[in-house]
Amino acid sequence: MKKTTLPIGPFHPLLEEPEFFTLYLDGEIVKKVDLRIGYNHRGHEKLSTGLTWDQVPFLVERICGICSTSHPYAYVLAVEDLLGIKAPPRGQYIRALIGEMERIHSHLLWLGLAGHFIGYNTVWMWSWRYREEILDACEKLTGNRNHYAMCRVGGARRDITREAMDFTMGALDSNEKSTNMFLGVFADDPVLHKRLKGVGVLTKEDAIAYCATGPTSRPSGVPWDVRQDDPYDAYGPSLEAGAWKVIVTENGDVFDKAVVRVLEILESIKLCRWLIENMPDGEIDAGVGDIPPGEGVGHHEAPRGEVIHYIRSDGSNKPIRHKVRAPTFVNLPTYKATCPGHTIADVALITASIDPCYCCTERIGVVTRNRTSSVTQDDLVKLSVEKTREMEKRMGRKSGLVKF
Amino acid sequence: MGLKTAALKKSIWVFHVACSPCNNCDIEILDLLTPRFDIERFGIVLVGSPRHADALLITGVANRHVTPRLIETYRATSKPCVCFLFGACASGGTFFKGGYNVPKPVDEIILEEDPNAIIVYIPGCPPKPEAMIAGVVKALSVL
Repeated sequence: MKKTTLPIGPFHPLLEEPEFFTLYLDGEIVKKVDLRIGYNHRGHEKLSTGLTWDQVPFLVERICGICSTSHPYAYVLAVEDLLGIKAPPRGQYIRALIGEMERIHSHLLWLGLAGHFIGYNTVWMWSWRYREEILDACEKLTGNRNHYAMCRVGGARRDITREAMDFTMGALDSNEKSTNMFLGVFADDPVLHKRLKGVGVLTKEDAIAYCATGPTSRPSGVPWDVRQDDPYDAYGPSLEAGAWKVIVTENGDVFDKAVVRVLEILESIKLCRWLIENMPDGEIDAGVGDIPPGEGVGHHEAPRGEVIHYIRSDGSNKPIRHKVRAPTFVNLPTYKATCPGHTIADVALITASIDPCYCCTERIGVVTRNRTSSVTQDDLVKLSVEKTREMEKRMGRKSGLVKF
Repeated sequence: MGLKTAALKKSIWVFHVACSPCNNCDIEILDLLTPRFDIERFGIVLVGSPRHADALLITGVANRHVTPRLIETYRATSKPCVCFLFGACASGGTFFKGGYNVPKPVDEIILEEDPNAIIVYIPGCPPKPEAMIAGVVKALSVL
């Protein structure tokens, strides 16, 4: 049979972000998926080296609009790792609260989009309607619906008022009701069972082999969660108090991915309540001065998985290297395990099921004249080794690299 | 006001062009369709092809990779059309101005392609959905 290819993108009504899929088809069955990105590369890592330490959080916030607390959170943790300090308790609690509020609205957003992808627009409209309550609470807490700008090296940038916290409690209460309703929908609705069960199964072995993270790996029975494995900030005390738990299921299909996200919303609501009830008084900011030379790594569990920031300082007022690894970067290759063998309608859903965020992922861009070249893994390793050697020479350090 | 402009102002259909956004304006645009704001009551509909569209909603800065695609999309849109530049990035460039992968502001790219293009700026990071509706209404009242 003749193979057909189906191009989708870069501007397509199904995609909010510009990306380009090529589906290789045999009849209606997808045999292979090819993904071309690069439409979203803005050069954050380079731009970051031109900004001062305190300006960078505003830039990394704009890596992605939906995980707009996760990136600055990981960045400030990296700088605090370099400095060897911890934020004052109230600062820690405020940051964690905003991070969890973000997880709630991000998961509700995904739920709506998943509903839209299977042509079940009622789910979309309802979940986005309930998401508005959370956005209202975020606006009350921080002053903006998205892009909260609450993270600062050494603590939180602004304090939050008791009135805003009370308002948030109300929003969480009403949101818990609607999320429980969604849980009921997932348990009972025959449409969702037919469309989601057994579709795009990611086995536990594949999830580990592809290093999938976050709500992509947890439905496959891999209980990885940075908040639990390496508790930072307020997550340690909340975990000890038993305020929340990590949700893990076994099947790894799209249905489980959806259920894990709905259950995570409920856990985040519990955690938010605990954070507000136990919010300590006192300073919000440690008052960081100069940044000494050195390097630091920070990671945070974003709504889509683990986000890692690495920074290096030479003692000046700007970072000399800033590296970002977003969760979608490791989740994307799981398409290779999940997509082949499904119909086009299911593949649209499977590609959406990892909650892909291309603006987070695009950290490398290759500009050539003929625009047809591509970079292989070997090329990337070679470039990386060359760059590391050059940096080591500049820093006067002995190379720890094996011969390439 | 010509006949074409008069026809344009009735229930505008929009096509969403995400250049290199951070996703935020895009999500707020989708938010406009959902129950709280529900812009379809004003006859504003998101369509699947630029050939059906009266207006382009452009978000984000345009990087090297996306610029030719943006020009192609603008050419494909039936004229006259309105270009709404949503958000601070599309309107002014913010942090990304002068970045190695961001050669030109979006408005310059469009004006180079068509010097008579109608461009409406809606600043904000992201603009609130109310601001988006207000921007569209204001633009329609001066056309």
